[in-house]
Amino acid sequence: MEEELESGVVKKFLYINRRAPHGTVYAHEALEVVLIGAAFEQDVSLAFIDDGVFQLKKDQDTSEINTKNFSKIFAALEMYDVEKLYVERESLESRGLKEDDLSVDVKVIDSSEMKKLITDSEVIFNF
Amino acid sequence: MIFGILVNEGPYQHQASDSAYLFAKAAIDEGHTIFRVFFYHDGVNNGTRLATPPQDDRHIPNRWSELANEHNIDLVLCVAAAQRRGMVDPDEMKRNKKDADNIADKFRISGLGQLIEAGVQAERLITFGD
Repeated sequence: MEEELESGVVKKFLYINRRAPHGTVYAHEALEVVLIGAAFEQDVSLAFIDDGVFQLKKDQDTSEINTKNFSKIFAALEMYDVEKLYVERESLESRGLKEDDLSVDVKVIDSSEMKKLITDSEVIFNF
Repeated sequence: MIFGILVNEGPYQHQASDSAYLFAKAAIDEGHTIFRVFFYHDGVNNGTRLATPPQDDRHIPNRWSELANEHNIDLVLCVAAAQRRGMVDPDEMKRNKKDADNIADKFRISGLGQLIEAGVQAERLITFGD
């Protein structure tokens, strides 16, 4: 059903995740776009800002809220060649989180660097 | 310019679909091209032909269908989002053994690859949602 593009065009894709992982479906469905999009061999980066940083929190347990614990998928992104994960420092700090609290390797950048990342991207998905 | 449009919210609850429609119409009127409108999250609910809004209200799904008929616009509902929310076309009806379909004229159901393709092919991808 999915056809890879044969145009050879490679664009800078940026997926901005700014919502908490649970409570709404945005974060989960955003990850589905990332996984499908990985087959298209584009230049992909993920950014985590605001409550989106909670998506990467270690040791999530959703068993009591009857939703899927999709946080485990982030660890598998490497296999999809999705390796550029950026987390905004201010968002982490204002929520009392440290890099050690996250489940995967990320690059922590400040908001001015995040602004540059967004400006330099060509296709931006904002979930 | 070639635009791709992403609609992330359902009809009536949220202004996203209205804004996307008005944007698409204005862009076409100015001579631009809409490569595709992709509906994701609750946005897939814009594609139901079973909506019956009051007569003095706009009919959001029909409005999309009419725009697509007039200007040959590709209206795509994400299959994964559609399956979760009960949006069904004749193929999906057969595949998932449902007793009905509910997709409106000119809409089709396809994969998320269609959204990525819109990102690659369009000169601008515009998102409508929160």
